[in-house]
Amino acid sequence: MYQHDQFDHQIAAERVAQFRDQVRRRLSGELKEDEFRVLRLQNGLYMQIHAYMFRIAAPYGLISSNQLHKLAHIARKYDRGYGHFTTRQNIQFNWIKLQDAPDILAELASVEMHANQTSGSCIRTVTSDEYAGVAQDEIIDPRPFAEIIRQWSTFHPEFAYLPRKFKFAITGATNDRAATTVNDVGLTVIKNEQGEMGFRVRVGGGLGRTPIIGAVINEFVPWQDILTYSESILRIYNQYGRRDNLYKARIKILVKALGIEEFKRQVEADWAFTRGGPATLTQQELDRVSAFFVAPDYETLSSRDEVVEAYRSENKAFSNWVQRNVKAHKVPGYASVVLSLKKTGVAPGDATAEQMDAAAELADRFSFGELRISHTQNLVLADVRQTDLIELWKSAKALGLATPNIGLLTDIITCPGGDFCTLANARSIPLSKAIAQRFDDIDFMHDIGEIDLNLSGCVNACAHHHVGHIGVLGVDKEGKEYYQISLGGAQGNDSAIGKIIGRSFTFAQVPEVISRLLQTYVRVRFDDERFIDTVRRVGLDPFKADVYGTPIEEDSRWLGVDYDLLKVGVPYDTPYYSPRF
Amino acid sequence: MIIKDRQIVPDDWTVLRLAENELPQDVVVAAGKIIVPLSVWLAQRETLKLRSDLGIWLNTDDRPETLQEDVALFQVIAVNFPKFGDGRGYSIAYLLRERLGFGGELRAIGDVLRDQMFYMQRVGFNAFAPRADRDINEALKSLGDFSEVYQGSVVQKLPLYRRVQRGEARA
Repeated sequence: MYQHDQFDHQIAAERVAQFRDQVRRRLSGELKEDEFRVLRLQNGLYMQIHAYMFRIAAPYGLISSNQLHKLAHIARKYDRGYGHFTTRQNIQFNWIKLQDAPDILAELASVEMHANQTSGSCIRTVTSDEYAGVAQDEIIDPRPFAEIIRQWSTFHPEFAYLPRKFKFAITGATNDRAATTVNDVGLTVIKNEQGEMGFRVRVGGGLGRTPIIGAVINEFVPWQDILTYSESILRIYNQYGRRDNLYKARIKILVKALGIEEFKRQVEADWAFTRGGPATLTQQELDRVSAFFVAPDYETLSSRDEVVEAYRSENKAFSNWVQRNVKAHKVPGYASVVLSLKKTGVAPGDATAEQMDAAAELADRFSFGELRISHTQNLVLADVRQTDLIELWKSAKALGLATPNIGLLTDIITCPGGDFCTLANARSIPLSKAIAQRFDDIDFMHDIGEIDLNLSGCVNACAHHHVGHIGVLGVDKEGKEYYQISLGGAQGNDSAIGKIIGRSFTFAQVPEVISRLLQTYVRVRFDDERFIDTVRRVGLDPFKADVYGTPIEEDSRWLGVDYDLLKVGVPYDTPYYSPRF
Repeated sequence: MIIKDRQIVPDDWTVLRLAENELPQDVVVAAGKIIVPLSVWLAQRETLKLRSDLGIWLNTDDRPETLQEDVALFQVIAVNFPKFGDGRGYSIAYLLRERLGFGGELRAIGDVLRDQMFYMQRVGFNAFAPRADRDINEALKSLGDFSEVYQGSVVQKLPLYRRVQRGEARA
């Protein structure tokens, strides 16, 4: 992976010093909260219900075992012994004191990490395919470009105060696992008919209040020009994006208002001035950065390991795990392994400091010391010898990281929700726990098969509910939490925005609603038809008929939960602590 | 006092801001060094262009291209930040320097705070009028917050990798 040179270290150290001074001025009262807010956000620091939340960048989801150990250390020393992995392939700590933030940044800098631009109205941390470099369907490894974009966007002086946040996603594979259609800019590495490398550039995708699939602004931008082209997109957005209404400030609204043709015209008129200019990427720089991402020293192995195959046939638990959590690898005899952070009873995406340390050790033992954070909030060991699968499985199982549910019903994508987040209308974590508990039967889950269930606590859609096959959205009705259900959303190559099935439900009704949707599916599906394919084939009506046909009982186990308790942090039973002063 | 070319210097310019009911064509532009709003320049261009001691200021919703023919006439162009979080001024500065070739004093006025000044100087501002309630000496220091930058802009046009020997992957 990329290693920081003296310049990266110097810039990082200066950033820590700058933020340390800003925190000092905030604590002394010299900086007003309104002025400090943008500064802390651009350093990843949110003010949440109970404490500051710190979002640490893991650019394009890649981290080393050394870095994961450091995150475990931060969890123990500055937080409450755990962290939360997010859909942006980052990690968040929930219980941070402002006074500690500069020290945490300094600790991160010591392992070449940071929290730059993980929040705020600026270019955010670039995301990518969690199987970059190892996927069988990959045309070009996107990581060198992701790193080049990271550096170019870091402290970009012209685009630090955009109308709103701005997200890049990049993929180099034929199957889009980086959600390039629902990012502000989505880049797909492609080769043209002449065999030259470039990018298909999408712009204006996004979820939130106005979900839109991004439009292709240019079918082929040569790779040398990708930074100048991106800069022109941002320059047009920075000048003309709406600043009068927070909900209409994303680039998708501008693109929609102008139309993609007119937006493209403006971008390319600007680009005419910079194309070929000093920001043009050079082969030498691409080669230099690419050298950090060369394949590790793979052994020459047979593509089929007989011991593993034999063990699969005799051990059903192992077989289930291989089926769901082990992914194909481009090198014979290797596999990518997903460590599930979706064990029933645990907040989706959460890992304890002990699990982080242990996962880091697994990475050292089995995967060249590297891990990826997936946008589904799991960890990936990308380069595992198949021979090691049995041993890895046993170790992961002992750590609670081997739930065989990747891509299945209980692999729920969830935001922190009302228990932590000031934006939320409803709780997410307890509801996803309730759903996971209800369907916690491995045979049932494997029978239902692949299904994306995404649960967001508010319309900002951190859990990407619009693109869940089943999307659950928390809404506020007169101060009470309700949940709206949508069906038919999808991510990837056939991205689609889900459609709302009808009136919303209470917390205690949602598990039964999910159950009815699954019953409909089981009744009408053909053979091996996936849930999403059934929804596409039969439409929403059969599902709606079953859901709304008879009254939905509330699951009594969840009835006693008092929504007002949110204010004191229900799930972790902790004393109230306000960061506000 | 303002910051100009990394020094604290006396400010001998006056910024003309229109009062609520004043019309650009009617306002009397006083003698001496004065920075007028774009609207006043457009309304009184024929008389104002005879003056050698004129500056102009743009708001963040003004278009710099409006000055395409005129930039050479001004000693000072100021960009007003109505709020420090309004980032349009950065692109306006970039366009004034890079596209319109403005070589005179480019000054940030309005809600100008030290924590934004490092970025401002990179997009071509060489003068700053920090908000009156803040310490200008402290503000000056912030221009040195970073000693290196990754990407090109107006000041430092070349990206880092084109200027220095960057680190290579260790085998």
